[in-house]
Amino acid sequence: MSDVLKIVDLHVSIGDKEILRGVNLSMTEGETHALMGPNGSGKSTLGLAIMGHPNYNCTKGEILLNGENILELEPNERARAGIFMAFQRPVAIPGVKMADFLRHATTNVRNPDRKEGEDLIPMREFRKEIKANMEQLQMDSEFARRYVNDGFSGGEMKRAEILQLAMLQPKFAILDETDSGLDADAVRLASQSINEIGHNKMGLLIITHHDKLLEHNPPNFTHVILGGRIVETGGKELAEELHAEGYDRIRKQYPEAAKVNDESESEAEVVV
Amino acid sequence: MTPTTLTEKMQLTFTDEGFAAFLETLNEPEWLTEIRSAAWARFKELPWPSNRDEEWMRTDIRLFHLEKFFIPSARGEVATGAPVLADGVELAGSAASCDGVASGASQLDSAMADKGVIFGTISELLEDHGDLIQKHLFQVVDGLADRFAALHQATWTSGTFLYVPRNVCVDKPIHTFSTMTDGGCDFSHTLIVLEEGAEATVLAESNNAKDSVGLHCGAIEIVVGDRGNLRYVNLQDWSQKVWHFAHQSAVIGQDTNLQWTVGALGSRLAKVNQHVSLRGKRGTCQVNGVMFTENKQHLSYHTLQHHEKPDCTSDFLYKGALQDQSRTVWRGMIKVDVEAQQTDGYQRNDNLLLSSKARADSIPGLEIEADDVRCTHGSTSGRVDEELIFYAQCRGFTRKEAIRAIVTGFFQQVFDRVTIESVREALALAISRRVRDYD
Repeated sequence: MSDVLKIVDLHVSIGDKEILRGVNLSMTEGETHALMGPNGSGKSTLGLAIMGHPNYNCTKGEILLNGENILELEPNERARAGIFMAFQRPVAIPGVKMADFLRHATTNVRNPDRKEGEDLIPMREFRKEIKANMEQLQMDSEFARRYVNDGFSGGEMKRAEILQLAMLQPKFAILDETDSGLDADAVRLASQSINEIGHNKMGLLIITHHDKLLEHNPPNFTHVILGGRIVETGGKELAEELHAEGYDRIRKQYPEAAKVNDESESEAEVVV
Repeated sequence: MTPTTLTEKMQLTFTDEGFAAFLETLNEPEWLTEIRSAAWARFKELPWPSNRDEEWMRTDIRLFHLEKFFIPSARGEVATGAPVLADGVELAGSAASCDGVASGASQLDSAMADKGVIFGTISELLEDHGDLIQKHLFQVVDGLADRFAALHQATWTSGTFLYVPRNVCVDKPIHTFSTMTDGGCDFSHTLIVLEEGAEATVLAESNNAKDSVGLHCGAIEIVVGDRGNLRYVNLQDWSQKVWHFAHQSAVIGQDTNLQWTVGALGSRLAKVNQHVSLRGKRGTCQVNGVMFTENKQHLSYHTLQHHEKPDCTSDFLYKGALQDQSRTVWRGMIKVDVEAQQTDGYQRNDNLLLSSKARADSIPGLEIEADDVRCTHGSTSGRVDEELIFYAQCRGFTRKEAIRAIVTGFFQQVFDRVTIESVREALALAISRRVRDYD
């Protein structure tokens, strides 16, 4: 049976400010979904809420993985259940080497029942695997010895996120602007890599402003989020329309959501 | 500690009678007796530091009672304690002491001795090298600076002297270890003199059995001559019932390199003054400090990087992690004399608070008289960043695993600066043992 991630009437607040106001979305393994929307619409919030960020308070609704509500799970339990997010701006963890971090992460995600302190996956096996993945991403082997995201350029950070996606092989992956801040070549490489790693295999929820990523990973569904709600869902032609023409039609068609969005956009910097 | 075990030991109290009897046991040259007697007079004059003194405002020693201790003297006891810095390391020399008395003979590689290197306990070297010792002893630390300094200068015992002649390189580390019995004192004095172009690595460590009561009142004096290169490591891991007071100073010459690594893990209360004087052009000094406290420990480290000449570089980094109700005080000062143009001075203290009851005071300072210098300082104190924990959790780390990784990484940044592998490993192991699981 295929894995299904289903979000039902999800309301999410930060403090007393409601960001998501009833999001519904259902993804099946192997499908690619594009999530598009103007600034402040709640795209990143949805991703962080799915991962279980402690500041994002789910006040109503459910997130179901194969029918089980995961809202009560810790972020690490969600990761071990097969949910992944590539961060738009991943934080640095100084002093912790990429290789050590990923070896621990890979071990935990592959052995969801592992207890703290139990053995990590064998070094040899891990090295071989990370090396192969890094070569595919055209990453220098020195990368594994650097500290997690510490002093990384924008492009290096995004590649490091894709590397983690490749190593952790989740069922569902949220890619939050994994193509932003990259030059054209880097976008192409990232798009191709994501295609090879996840397209038609994982359930991908792609948050993007670019068309390259979706060109290489054509979405089965495109969702437009505005003012904390998904106002329209279509196929890949909807993504193409939004790229070409922007959100004017959407704003006109859903004036109420647009109004909410404009109000929250002024606070977008605080929210993200 | 029980009174019975104490009465079995030879006891000389910190009184005029005790001090006089102590001098009798030493049989030292007159110049040294004079140094001791002057300091004893000073000790008697001075009051104990109190919270009215700027340096002691945050460090409360009202519970410290010197009369509970006795002047270090021969006891013939061997205390438990385990050195960790020299594991699997080939050494050029070693010395150990217990309660400020040498345990066994010190060792020095004969090839080094042939090159004129001198190493051993000060007392055993006085006869043959008295002039050399006299030339340097209590020249770098001010033995009359405060009551603890005076107490040390009056009643120090044992301790080690390392002398490396001109252009001689001691290619393997020299190791010293001090320990104490329950109720004991360690008043050891370290004197390291590197002549012009000399090189050496010294690994010094002190620890004693868990829950052993003790008093360390010590001093370290380091002289690095022009073009000299010294790596000095000092790992203090006393039991949490030890009072630790120390003045530690170095004077480095022209075109020198001093890398000084400090591991401050132990003691009930520590008050340490660490001074480096850059007394020749283009001297470079790097200090790497690691503090990790727990329970009710109180560690107070006061550093001074004193630029006396132009074109020198000093780089002091202290990182601390605090658990339970422990407390650290770090007070750093970069002093740049009017002559010391083109100084590049850096000081930083970062603290990770692992408990809501822990407290870290960080007081950086600059005193600059030259007008063409670059001096930067900074300090941070805070809890483990929740965003880092969340990120690691999103990659499958449990919260506890995430915090452990972040804390370990925090210290890794200091270890990366240490160029001695055995020291990096020993420090990392000590830290990993101390890191707990935090909720």
